Amino acid sequence: MPRQRFSGLSLLWNSLGQHRGWREQWRRAEPKAEYDAVIIGGGGHGLGTAYYLAAEHGLTRIAVLEKGWVGGGNTGRNTTIIRSNYLFDESARLYDHAVKMWADLSQVLNYNVMYSPRGVMMLAHTVHDVQSAKRHIHANRCNGVDNEWLTPEEAQAYCPPLNIDPGLRYPVLGAALQRRGGTARHDAVAWGYARAADALGVDIVENCEVTGISRDASGAVEALETSRGLIRTRKVGVVAAGNTSVVLGMAGVRVPLESFPLQALVSEPVKPIFPCVVMSNGIHAYISQSDKGELVIGAGTDIYTSYTQRGALHVNMHTLEAICELFPNFRRLRMLRNWGGIVDVTPDRSPIIGKTPVPGLYVNCGWGTGGFKATPGSAHVFAWTLAHDEPHPINAAFTLERFRDGHLIDEAAAAAVAH
Amino acid sequence: MLLIHCPHCGTRPELEFAYGGEAHVARPLDPAAVSDDDWATYLYLRKNTKGVHAERWRHARGCGRFFNALRDTTTDRILVTYKAGERAPNGGTP
Repeated sequence: MPRQRFSGLSLLWNSLGQHRGWREQWRRAEPKAEYDAVIIGGGGHGLGTAYYLAAEHGLTRIAVLEKGWVGGGNTGRNTTIIRSNYLFDESARLYDHAVKMWADLSQVLNYNVMYSPRGVMMLAHTVHDVQSAKRHIHANRCNGVDNEWLTPEEAQAYCPPLNIDPGLRYPVLGAALQRRGGTARHDAVAWGYARAADALGVDIVENCEVTGISRDASGAVEALETSRGLIRTRKVGVVAAGNTSVVLGMAGVRVPLESFPLQALVSEPVKPIFPCVVMSNGIHAYISQSDKGELVIGAGTDIYTSYTQRGALHVNMHTLEAICELFPNFRRLRMLRNWGGIVDVTPDRSPIIGKTPVPGLYVNCGWGTGGFKATPGSAHVFAWTLAHDEPHPINAAFTLERFRDGHLIDEAAAAAVAH
Repeated sequence: MLLIHCPHCGTRPELEFAYGGEAHVARPLDPAAVSDDDWATYLYLRKNTKGVHAERWRHARGCGRFFNALRDTTTDRILVTYKAGERAPNGGTP
């Protein structure tokens, strides 16, 4: 059955039928016995990879295996911040590739991902913060990435709820503003990619956990053992976020990752009050307002490795103390709910996107606390890597071997907060 | 918040402790003699175990001493703690 396209006209047409004419957005696929490529992990990065493999590289027999439900991992658990104000050249190219793709992603996918370039403002509270922020601004501008310095007064004009009282314990001394930064609707990103990939014939198989990776005599990947049977394939892309160590361990590959819980929380919904995204590395908080009206608040990771998808309340309390100091208006807001995801953190806080020592096995991992922003760019270059069996120029530096060879991309800006 | 049993001071809240990562990672005695691969393994590769994990903790806001714990990373339950320098009790994965 052909895919229903979304448009003003189709919305009007279906509203006449009281919206009973909409069909499901993608098929509930059963796993087939063999595929040309299999992606492990049905989050935004994995679904996007499958979409670009089909749309740009002509592969047709592709499956995405997801042990839970589509977008139920970190894609559905993050605070949806998008920015590309990273320090190093390699990072700036990678993240700005993604930001450029966000700009017309809704049109490309025919699915409204609600990308809203409302500006991301990163606060400076100390002399060191100011120097570091200005260094980032200059580095960004050299790389063609917009970023500008605001005085405290300018920062407050951009974000009126911000408290710039010089008597604060950590006063706002200024801010770096990336105007192209912003937010998007996280679920829509997963659903949009799933729908678009499905329309190109990609099988999206939920409730299908990979339990083993079979290799032939030469060591290359030949099949995946799953909770829904054996699937033969010669090309496997692992996009399993916090569970990457476990999946790659099935093929005997070790990666420099540690999995930590990262929490977020939302307030009760209120009328529009917060016009942008504000982040503070120094005092551990970031905040924006969703279209539903909830204030979306994020914290640093918990201190210990874990796979529980939950964290400790005192980490959230620490963040809320910072929020209440910076935005005294919000002191009487009640928090609606909090949750955790498991983020895979590399030693240099930069992702690993590329080949592994096992032929046919590729990995896209290590996004740590900041993977959502990179979703389209990450998926795009990873699909290229799978299709060509070599990295795209944009992800060529993000190899697994860089840890052995000493070419770390030691990106402090990757962490929205210190961790 | 975890309740953690310091082998020297007794059971205290997590706020008093700092996390020290995987336990029983030994620095090569002669760094100049090890290969790049082995050195990278020592520096960066951790087990990241899903299950029972041997890890270091430091009672930073207490006695200040390091000790080790076995913790199930799928439940966060700490099974046992033991002093630095001791071998992991049976069931550990050092």
